[in-house]
Amino acid sequence: MPFQSVSLRSLGRSARRRIVSAVLALVCVAGSVMASACGNEDVQVTGPRIRIGVKFDQPGLSVDNGGQFSGFDIDVARYVANKLGYSPSQIQFKEAPSAQREALLQNGSVNMVIGTYSITQDRKSVVDFAGPYFVAGQDLLIRRSDRSKITGPRSLAGRKVCSVSGSTSATTVKKYFPRSVQLMELSGYAECVTALVSGAVDAVTTDDIILATLASAKGDHSLMVVGHPFTKETYGIGVRKDSPHLVAKINEALREMIASGEWKRDLDAATKGTGFTPNKKWNPPTRMDAAVSDERVRF
Amino acid sequence: MRSIGYLLTHYDVLGAFGVNLQLTAWSVLFSLVLGIILVLLRICPVRSLRLFATGFVNLFQNLPLTIVMVFLLLGAFVQLRFQFSSNFSTNFFWFAVTGLSLYTSAFVCESIRSGINTVPLGQAEAARSLGLGFFQSATLVILPQAVRGSVAPLGNTLIALLKNSTVASAAAVSTETSSLMNTMIQYNASSIVSVFLIFALGYVILIIPIGLLTTWLSNKLAVRR
Amino acid sequence: MTDTTFESEREFDSDAMTANTYVDREGFTRSTEPHSPRLKLTKAERKKITRSQRNQRHEQQSVLFDEPGPRAQQCIRVINVIGVLLVIAFLAWIIVRFANPPMGENQLSWKLWEPALNGRAWVSFYLPGIVSTLAASVVAIAGATVFGFLFALGRLSTLAPVRAVCSVIVEFCRAVPVLLFMIFFWRLFAGLGMGDSSPFWAVCAGLICYNGSVVTELIRSGVGNLPVGQREAATALGMSHMASLMRVEVPQAVIASMPALVSQLVVVVKDSALGSVISYADLLQRARRLGSLHFNPLQTIIVAGVIYLVLCGLLSRLAQWIPAYMQRRTTGVASAADSA
Repeated sequence: MPFQSVSLRSLGRSARRRIVSAVLALVCVAGSVMASACGNEDVQVTGPRIRIGVKFDQPGLSVDNGGQFSGFDIDVARYVANKLGYSPSQIQFKEAPSAQREALLQNGSVNMVIGTYSITQDRKSVVDFAGPYFVAGQDLLIRRSDRSKITGPRSLAGRKVCSVSGSTSATTVKKYFPRSVQLMELSGYAECVTALVSGAVDAVTTDDIILATLASAKGDHSLMVVGHPFTKETYGIGVRKDSPHLVAKINEALREMIASGEWKRDLDAATKGTGFTPNKKWNPPTRMDAAVSDERVRF
Repeated sequence: MRSIGYLLTHYDVLGAFGVNLQLTAWSVLFSLVLGIILVLLRICPVRSLRLFATGFVNLFQNLPLTIVMVFLLLGAFVQLRFQFSSNFSTNFFWFAVTGLSLYTSAFVCESIRSGINTVPLGQAEAARSLGLGFFQSATLVILPQAVRGSVAPLGNTLIALLKNSTVASAAAVSTETSSLMNTMIQYNASSIVSVFLIFALGYVILIIPIGLLTTWLSNKLAVRR
Repeated sequence: MTDTTFESEREFDSDAMTANTYVDREGFTRSTEPHSPRLKLTKAERKKITRSQRNQRHEQQSVLFDEPGPRAQQCIRVINVIGVLLVIAFLAWIIVRFANPPMGENQLSWKLWEPALNGRAWVSFYLPGIVSTLAASVVAIAGATVFGFLFALGRLSTLAPVRAVCSVIVEFCRAVPVLLFMIFFWRLFAGLGMGDSSPFWAVCAGLICYNGSVVTELIRSGVGNLPVGQREAATALGMSHMASLMRVEVPQAVIASMPALVSQLVVVVKDSALGSVISYADLLQRARRLGSLHFNPLQTIIVAGVIYLVLCGLLSRLAQWIPAYMQRRTTGVASAADSA
């Protein structure tokens, strides 16, 4: 191909320059688009802001409906932020996926994390916890029509269970449930719920509060929580390591929230229609001592 | 820091690679069969069949494999309640094989079609003048030469398939390599680099021979003209 | 018979692509080398040529079977009808089954589709998702070009150790699945304290590693395909080996690989959907979130799938258009230069 170089060179200086500038422009656009895509949805707020890490995909508990957040965890976050002196417009919610919560707190991307964050000894060594604001336990969500047949993990022998891949609930199923229980691992609990409704699985398992709020958000009264939690998970509010002052303030706010009845009202609203009552022995939490979750499984 | 020995003895790394190899092996079989059928449909005289094959190939070439897998799982299994087996792990394995085969068959079809273009016109004309019909001239004359001419792109498709088998995690196959790597990093965060290198080198060891083999085969099998 | 054998078609997945060739919409393997200049043609002439080419191709394809006679035509008609009926029957069966699943809800009900299609879904979920997907793809393809440029220089270097190191890295990046790269970078970046932007950079890094190695090979073979005269001319001007590569050979190879780069963009867009596994808020991930919100994940995934189809379809169109555009440009200028 003897002429190709001629054809290329004959693109001319201006054309070459145009190509270079086009590439540069592309990179610039990419950069700016990327900044808006991966960064935060910066709402311009005057004054100080508080960044709270929450889950984005747990209906009833903590969900992002296009910038509008709702759910029990969100209510707690708003109450606490209010007591810390932030108006609702000064709160900025950021996504805190389970695997990244500690990292987000450590590098200061968020000021606190409220997202089904179980207090454990391992986590306590890298972050501080306020609370617990709720004591949950792993439980089963079933179709209401199965309520006489499924009463706990033991009655699941030979049946099918769904949980989120990589979660501690999934590990519990593999370790402690009867051998004949089959586990399906999906990427989210709402997907598990559709599998439960369609009959592809017989139960969804994770912490009772997540299940109850899911069932409530689903709306029809077709699903119910079994109501015999078999683990003990203390949900705390994670903050940066070595901030005892902030922890004390948050604990104060939580005590007030429970005493004023706000806690109960928000919980009832989030689990409306499911008839769910949290384990009375543990809830509402009375001592804000950041007690570690009890990982033992008792059927 | 965990030692490599600890990581290899506490996790079933070889088993995970075994799952990926099994997924690949079955998908190679089905996607080859499906791909050849698609090629035949694409060059056949019947218009509706040609349109169908073209639509099929376009669909799977333009959809991310992850979407194909998720759709099979949430659509075919969860809603339509199709199942290969009442045993979950067998069931999801075959769903993953289905997804990989459908997806790969589009690329197999295109690889072989590019091979058809290397077959000289005279071959088809000769076949016709011998009185062979479409099906006979396609399967006896054109395709054998076309496949020999498309070994290199087919080899690349095979390599892509082996790598794509990691996406089976989207079809709830939780024993394959990407899921195991994720779990291992989760529990051994300090040894992240060694965990990654174990899996990466596994793939390098599997894929480099395939590359060499296809280069050798494509030279050996190429029809000298 | 009309020319229907050649429906619009996209190029190969990069993996199924040899270094500097790609398969154009007609399924012909083509070289991505710059096109040699031709005489300047009028529009009408060009049209005429393409038409005759098309006829030629049509003949080449239909040479597999004789022009069907009356009986064969009738036979084809019957098979046509049967084929169409079979496809319709299959689709109808699926739709009926979706409407009446063995258990659970009617998947076609408007109650499930409305939240997957309304304005809110588009504004808050699909459009930001498309932006995220494209952002990661564009950053990745730009990064892959830079990666490819550097490593192609390395692999063409006269220093054996540099060549060896670059070859090992490139071969490594080609062999490791993109998903493994993404998971590794995601965990690594999160561990290094990159916080909430780590999924984005992990997706980009994973895509850059794999596609960079593809681009390296594209450029390397592009340089290999340049006429020797280019290097000789550069040497005659007193350029060193490196200078000749950087200022003469590699830039030409990069431009020559433009069409292949754009078709690589389709692969990148498709692969970026893997980012949903590591919680990058791309189109697929946002569609799943929307599905979680209203318990209709199937519906939102279907919408996302259609968007991916349209996006990738448009990009493949672009990939077909660019070589034609470049040919027009270069031919035009070259012929003017010739006459001058």
